[in-house]
Amino acid sequence: MKTIKTLSLAVVAALSFASCSDDDDTPEIVNEEEVITTMTVTLTPTDDSETITLQSRDLDGDGSDAPVITVSGNLVSGTTYNGAIVLLNETESPAEDITEEVADESDEHQFFYTISSGLDATTEYTSFDEDGNPLGTTFILTAGAASSGTLTFTLRHEPTKPNDGIESAGGETDILVSFDVSVE
Amino acid sequence: MRIYALMVLLLCSLPSFSQICNNTLSGKVIDLHDGTALVGAMIIIAGSEQTVVTDINGNFSIQNLCDQTYAIQISHPYCLTSGHKIKVDGNTIKTFQLEHHLEALNEIVLKGHAQNKKSNTLAQNTLSGKKIEQFSSGSLGDALNSLSGVSSLNTGSTIVKPIINGLHSSRVILINNGVRMEDQEWGVEHAPNIDINTAENITVLKGASAIQYGGDAIAGVIVTAPEKIFIKDSLYGKTLLSASSNGRGSTLTSKLTKSDDNGWFSTLQGTIKRYGDFEAPEYVLSNTGTFERNASVRVGFNKFNYGIEGYYSFYKNEIGILAASHIGGAEDQVRAINSTIPLVLNDFTYAITYPKQDITHHLARIKAFKKFNGFGKVNLQYDFQQNQRLEYDIRVGDDSDTPSLDLVLKTHTLLVDIDSNLSENISIKSGFMARYQDNFADPSTGVRRLIPDYEKYDLGVYGISTVQLQDNWLLEAGARFDFTYMDVFKFYRTSFWESRNYAALFPEIVVEEYDNQLLTNPQYNFFNASGTVGSTYSFNDKLKLFFNYSLASRVPNPSELFSEGLHHSASRIELGDLSFKSEIANKVALTLQKEGTVFGFSIQPFINNIHDFIVIEPTKVEQTIRGNFQVWEYRQTNAQLLGIDIDATYALSSHVNFNHQFSLVKGYDRQGGGALISMPPVNTTNEITYENPKANNLKLALQSTYAFRQNEYPNTNFEVYIAQSESFELVDVSTPPEAYHLLNFRSSIAVPITEKSNLSVGFNVTNLLNTRYRNYLNSLRYYADDLGRNFLFNLKFNY
Repeated sequence: MKTIKTLSLAVVAALSFASCSDDDDTPEIVNEEEVITTMTVTLTPTDDSETITLQSRDLDGDGSDAPVITVSGNLVSGTTYNGAIVLLNETESPAEDITEEVADESDEHQFFYTISSGLDATTEYTSFDEDGNPLGTTFILTAGAASSGTLTFTLRHEPTKPNDGIESAGGETDILVSFDVSVE
Repeated sequence: MRIYALMVLLLCSLPSFSQICNNTLSGKVIDLHDGTALVGAMIIIAGSEQTVVTDINGNFSIQNLCDQTYAIQISHPYCLTSGHKIKVDGNTIKTFQLEHHLEALNEIVLKGHAQNKKSNTLAQNTLSGKKIEQFSSGSLGDALNSLSGVSSLNTGSTIVKPIINGLHSSRVILINNGVRMEDQEWGVEHAPNIDINTAENITVLKGASAIQYGGDAIAGVIVTAPEKIFIKDSLYGKTLLSASSNGRGSTLTSKLTKSDDNGWFSTLQGTIKRYGDFEAPEYVLSNTGTFERNASVRVGFNKFNYGIEGYYSFYKNEIGILAASHIGGAEDQVRAINSTIPLVLNDFTYAITYPKQDITHHLARIKAFKKFNGFGKVNLQYDFQQNQRLEYDIRVGDDSDTPSLDLVLKTHTLLVDIDSNLSENISIKSGFMARYQDNFADPSTGVRRLIPDYEKYDLGVYGISTVQLQDNWLLEAGARFDFTYMDVFKFYRTSFWESRNYAALFPEIVVEEYDNQLLTNPQYNFFNASGTVGSTYSFNDKLKLFFNYSLASRVPNPSELFSEGLHHSASRIELGDLSFKSEIANKVALTLQKEGTVFGFSIQPFINNIHDFIVIEPTKVEQTIRGNFQVWEYRQTNAQLLGIDIDATYALSSHVNFNHQFSLVKGYDRQGGGALISMPPVNTTNEITYENPKANNLKLALQSTYAFRQNEYPNTNFEVYIAQSESFELVDVSTPPEAYHLLNFRSSIAVPITEKSNLSVGFNVTNLLNTRYRNYLNSLRYYADDLGRNFLFNLKFNY
């Protein structure tokens, strides 16, 4: 008899446990915090020619829309450009500047610039981490003879530092964007 | 206790100064309940050291007794020992009745649900307690892997999911201590949250015939059973320590049981496992350590006609994920696959850093049974589970220590089962199930939910009847109906919603629209039927034929319905489909089994046709700002799996045995054509064992396992442009690795310490030749070799 009482108690407890579930509130939206939607590379010439902007923008992150890649114009042969990279998370408003986070962890990040063989241009790092190894959020690009090809920006997280270039750097790719660029 | 009883009896019998002493006391010992003779009951005459044992008819006879009153004690392995006073006056005949309950009580404790056999017409493959102890330091998946037809889907060496006849995850039902595990089993990298050391034996049913557990076991059912507890006064336990060279860690597990002849019993159990980085033959597998802590307590009260039992277990596991597997898109995949060594190699450490999993599982259960005369037995069970899964990724900035995934899954289940015998030859098992489940994905992770918030209600009802047609011929048939209601709140990216044409298909479920996401409220009603028909025929007492047909229906899991985004650990984008229907499987399994002391075998062919089989496979490559990612989409098709499992044992001599296992499974997409992805390759295990009970139970075993190369696979390789080499390179994600052969060695010896305790010492070596290999069913095979040689030292203390 005692057992039956205990049992029925257990059942009642179980049922009441089950029935007092969550309320009907709709869940809270999550806006990806560290997603990088936009990379803008601004190439400011040291002479008075036109500033060139390279941009990759993907507002749905890893969603089904492909990034929109734009190049504002052609590089001018023989011109030296000061390059600056800005990374934004535009899913938040106002947009969050991710470049700062990368710079704060400069020893764990490095940008690499890969220039295809058809394109006559050279790059040089102008930003460094606290150990003096390249970070690459800013750089100098010198346009050579008239040519065209791709300019690829790769941001690696936790690469081997120092390294002899992207081939041996390792790490995980955070950004990888290629731009079709011409020098005229 | 027994000793006290005997002493009291001894004292009582002291005044026995004898006279004429040539009388005989004879008679019979029978079961109090049904009068059957008890064989092997021991009768001791206090004071005279005289002991006799009942024969096959329960008869006994004691000579040379005097005319006086004797105190005697009667004991039997399955009965409560009883004391009697007998007045001997000339030749005396007496019948003693014993309570032959223990066995029955234990079976109730053991079975939880119903009968000894989980299914009467599907051959069971069981792992014994001894075998489980060999895997004390491993996982459930590792242990099950040693059964034919069961393989495992691994993520590294510590996340091991069982595959039954080629299928896994939601298609495998796992019954832990009578409770269906609800531990987010849908994910490929979600291993069962069970401490293997809590199980006394594990049974695998390669089919859905055990419908009392659920109707959706398209692959099969795994049942872990706790230890039998005898209803008598005792206190016993065991402690097992296992130390491994690979991983430089150890496992300590201990269990203590107290039982009382008044019906009360309790068990306390705990396990702690700590391993650092594991090692492949040529390098350290960085960040693959684990730290597991488990505890369980079981308290109960059992009588012949009723009983109640409570159980609680706690499982916590922190698992490091191979550092080299954390990569970006396809361009990184090319580097990782083409590299001969892992991309990240660090020195050995015990520290577990990111990426890692941190899982906590609570399980509480209360159950009771009552037997009713002429009706049968009613079981009632309520259980509660809470599973929290935290997955940490390598993140930057303020989020570094925030998990990327934080899911809490709570499940309440109420079960009522009734076992009844209609007649001597017909028994019926029926029951009812009600379940409520709530999933909560914590938004504070700052990462879009992988699995949405949902509430799920399940109701199920089943009945199985077993008919003994003849002594050697049994029929079984059963049916089950399940209803599932799901209420989901899911955020979709607007771009995905539109690209899938959901805007036109499901406009009514949109609750709210945001900038680039929208909140939807999908609701599902699934009505599923399942059933089984089978027969077992015994040609003689050694040779048996099992036939079983089962129909199983499975509701799509949340991952199949709602996935939509980047799956970091797999480096791919996964997309589910809102419109999926239930998967329906028809499986036929045959088993021919011969038991024998010299030669025994079992041959188990099967065929499983699955309608609306949900499969995930690559469909395209998508460009993102992080590079290119392969997109894997779930789709429904018709699949067919067929295969055969063979087991054979042959006794070469009284000490030497040869064991053989062979498993083959083939899976085909019968709609789209071609092979199914991730099917276990053919494998065979051959083992030679030496056992000598006289030489301190010395056991030696040499085992060879050979895994063939999987030659049937869908080719899902693709090419990606690499800026550095200015060329397209192949991303080889589908070509299976080469075949491999591993040798393992096992040895153990048992040393008695006192009358009631013994120590067993074991020394094992796995991957004896330190062979480099990669396993097709290990999702980290692209990034590193599998485990190298491991020396394992075991100490087991029984007391």
